Amino acid sequence: MKFADFVSREAIIANLAADDKEGVIREMTLALMNAGKIAAGEHEGIVKAILKREELGSTGIGRGVAVPHTKHASVERLVGTVAVSHEGVDFNSLDGEKVHLFFLLISPPDRPGDHLRALENVSRQLRDDTFCRFLKQASSAKDVVALLDDADTSQ
Amino acid sequence: MGLRPRGVVRAIFGPRINMDETRLCRIVVVTNPQGLHARPADLFVKVASRFVAKVELVKDHERVDGKSIIHLLTLGATQGTQLSIEASGPDAEAALVALADLFAQNFLEGEADESGH
Repeated sequence: MKFADFVSREAIIANLAADDKEGVIREMTLALMNAGKIAAGEHEGIVKAILKREELGSTGIGRGVAVPHTKHASVERLVGTVAVSHEGVDFNSLDGEKVHLFFLLISPPDRPGDHLRALENVSRQLRDDTFCRFLKQASSAKDVVALLDDADTSQ
Repeated sequence: MGLRPRGVVRAIFGPRINMDETRLCRIVVVTNPQGLHARPADLFVKVASRFVAKVELVKDHERVDGKSIIHLLTLGATQGTQLSIEASGPDAEAALVALADLFAQNFLEGEADESGH
């Protein structure tokens, strides 16, 4: 699975305003709503579900990366977006580091395989230090798209 | 071949591997319907990190560091995937037992996962 298969371009945030966990999740979910990827009435429920998942253990998987996610019956296919925080956000990461890169995923409850393949793709690309560094330095959504596209083609 | 104890593979490749060091392995199958996703991967790393032994997880020809969640997630191990847990070092055997047990117990998820709370 490639980034292009699940990252909603219109919902990419190159410079997050939020500076805490809930704020980041809210801002990213709102961007997906504004991009028409999730229904307006579902926004709050999705934010709550993602926060609930975080309570089971942070999705801050290390290297300044987090993959907040949930299953939600309101989506028919896997939807996701990417956000960058230049300051970094305390996300209770597994390695204690601040998080700069966020990959938020919402998947239909009956498609665990898609979720897993998206995680696989994200983590595979993130092993590349250069990709991580460039993404953290992205200053516009256009930069982010270019980096994701580049990663997709070099896959 | 016939002299090699079952489940034990001599580390004969890779220049960094000490020839005297034995690598123990255990085959496991992912039974969780959600596959080896973030939470089980996190748990695997937490348990693996309790041991001094070097721990690796192998899927087909792909070999990843068992103490790195990002590496584990790159396997994209769905339900039914067969994996080999390999460990080498002083407490390799104990590490294998503890890690294989996680698979046997479905990473302690099951009910919590589907109850929606």
